Amino acid sequence: MNTEIFGIIAMFLLTLALAIPLGKYISKVYGLEKTWLDFIFNPVEKVLFKLSGVNPEQEMNWKQHMKALLTINVVWFFIGMIIMMTMGSLPMNPDGNPSMSADLAFNTVISFVVNCNLQHYSGETGLSYLGQFYLMFLQFVSAATGMAAAVVVFRAFRDKTTTELGNFYTYFMKSCTRILLPISFVVAILLAFQGTPMTFEGKDTVTTLQGSSQDVSRGPAAAFVAIKHVGTNGGGFFGTNSAHPFENPTYFSNMVEMIAQMLIPFAMIFAFGYFIKRKKFSWMIFGVMTVGFLALTIPNVIAEMQGNPMIQKMGIDTSLGAMEGKESRIGAAATGYWSIATTVISTGSVNSMHDSTMPLSGMNELLAMMINSFYGGVGVGILNFFIFIILAVFISGLMVGRTPEFFGKKVEAREMKIAMIIALIHPFLILVGTAITAAMPQYGTATLNNPGFHGLSEMLYEFTSASANNGSGFEGLGDNTFWWNVSTGIVLLLARFLPIIGPVAIAGLLAQKKYIPENDGTLKTDTATFGLVTLTVIVIIAALAFFPVLALGPIAEYFTIY
Amino acid sequence: MKNNLIIGIRMTVVLLVLFMVIYPLSVWAVAQLAPNNGKGEVVVYKQNIGYSNIGQNFTADKYFWGRPSAVDYNAAGSGASNKGASNEEYLAVVQGRIDTFLLKNPTVKKLDIPIDLVTASASGLDPNISVASAKVQITRVQKTRKISSEKLNSLIDANIEHPFLGIFGPTKVNVLKLNIALDQLN
Repeated sequence: MNTEIFGIIAMFLLTLALAIPLGKYISKVYGLEKTWLDFIFNPVEKVLFKLSGVNPEQEMNWKQHMKALLTINVVWFFIGMIIMMTMGSLPMNPDGNPSMSADLAFNTVISFVVNCNLQHYSGETGLSYLGQFYLMFLQFVSAATGMAAAVVVFRAFRDKTTTELGNFYTYFMKSCTRILLPISFVVAILLAFQGTPMTFEGKDTVTTLQGSSQDVSRGPAAAFVAIKHVGTNGGGFFGTNSAHPFENPTYFSNMVEMIAQMLIPFAMIFAFGYFIKRKKFSWMIFGVMTVGFLALTIPNVIAEMQGNPMIQKMGIDTSLGAMEGKESRIGAAATGYWSIATTVISTGSVNSMHDSTMPLSGMNELLAMMINSFYGGVGVGILNFFIFIILAVFISGLMVGRTPEFFGKKVEAREMKIAMIIALIHPFLILVGTAITAAMPQYGTATLNNPGFHGLSEMLYEFTSASANNGSGFEGLGDNTFWWNVSTGIVLLLARFLPIIGPVAIAGLLAQKKYIPENDGTLKTDTATFGLVTLTVIVIIAALAFFPVLALGPIAEYFTIY
Repeated sequence: MKNNLIIGIRMTVVLLVLFMVIYPLSVWAVAQLAPNNGKGEVVVYKQNIGYSNIGQNFTADKYFWGRPSAVDYNAAGSGASNKGASNEEYLAVVQGRIDTFLLKNPTVKKLDIPIDLVTASASGLDPNISVASAKVQITRVQKTRKISSEKLNSLIDANIEHPFLGIFGPTKVNVLKLNIALDQLN
């Protein structure tokens, strides 16, 4: 049993050890400083920029950034709709899988464009290899979109007073070529050697040892699974995601995938500090996030290792933990750890079925997505956290009776309005979506896989996952219906682009303001005290918004079995 | 806006080539060096092959059984029960599995049935079981095969897959490999 605990401690420490140097590298990439990979990437990028018709040195203000970002996302959406609805008759379809219906294509394409990867289809039967490859393309570019938006915020606090915040296409392209691509390539190779298939041959049929016939789906999975984690996308190649023994063949592959998905979210925090030359500020953010992460993870690991009390009562040996919906090669501890890692960052890949985790584990998974900023997805995690920092600055400012300031910039009514709207839109989408669905049993209750309190949790999870751009699910839910496809599709769009535009707008507005040098009365934002205030703000908002619904779902379920 | 659109389309085309052609083909090229050229690891038995990572359905008394599967080990799909911990219908299914196991293994005490033998895996294709789950089946296999239980015990020990580097992760047995070794013993 101890080897399972060692495994998760090793995963966390290795991620941290890799993330600090990577953060330094990322800061150099966005600061356009020299790196040791320049000799490859400089000439390559020159060609890519030329072919795209981009002048990489052209400076943009925050509005121009957002226009460029939204336009290119629209292009991806339309190409995606065409491919998903016609792939059945296009090449690269050895298994003869069909094209998607319009509503399923709408949901799928949006969910990959917005880095969520809510999958209402199953990879083995729902996509051709061409379809898989287009989704893989979206996994790269949606991650790079989030990172490019985060860099705009980085830039806004590096220079004293400015409207020029760099070039969107440069940040976007460099995220693709210099960060996502090389890391994904390394991860893909590691996975291929662990046994994840990378072949263009379709299904194979084998005769089992007992003599029956078994069809085995394969495919070019290693390349796909790599970026699925590196870009915190989470969309699996196979239906059961990283629980599938091809997608995650060994304990080592499980460690690789776990580290790969947390690596860039960690590194972006340190990159922020290096970029604005305030390393201590990075550690404050990292500290708050880690406290939050551990507070959710430790109970999950314990609950999953202890197992289901209702099965304990049946009098069997439950020392392996809650094994329903879990894999033997991964074990209960690493599964509990993964269930929170994948929900605090917005990956949403799963190595177990969250629907079958213990009630309070399910609650912590929900809370992780409701808060959505303990590390958070690549790029966007730090944007979400930035909103909470602004709120904490404002509240601290009021408490000491001074105009709130953040890095020498006055935070005023306009910025606060934006921050409040962004902070409230997330609970609004989750709660209203769940309430409407619960009010229409023919669309909601009819699709459930479990009765009672757990059934409500299934609906709540789906909207929380959509709004957090996470993509995991209580997968018992029969979610490939017109209602679920369209309602979560709309939530996905709003919950992706507003929380990008909001923080970038705040940063852009602050960057234009006059710089006020720090003095004795300035609120220090890189201290443990400020970290505590930020954590409190996060907890209060999450608790006030979500406690009632959690009480009706997972908490009520807890009391029925303990 | 128009300018953004033209750049957006051109850059998309450039990146489609990079991420849908160059990247997967380079991974594929390197994967040719991986086990079975990246087509999935296989094991050979009775002139057949099976995928060592993909669990198979074992129901005969003469074989060690794997974990229950919500999709009957259909590897052209995959899936779990997704039943919640409090679901009474589900708990009845687990109770049923315990009863069936006791019926087929009358010498086993209830308290010795490991939980992985009565709960469905996440993929429905779990190739492994715990060591305890293999050992609890020894008496049944021994009776049908007429092999001594010491021999079966050491066969299981020889097929134990230890934690990664000896310290990370669970200890387990690959059911397909164990059963192939069992057939070869006769």
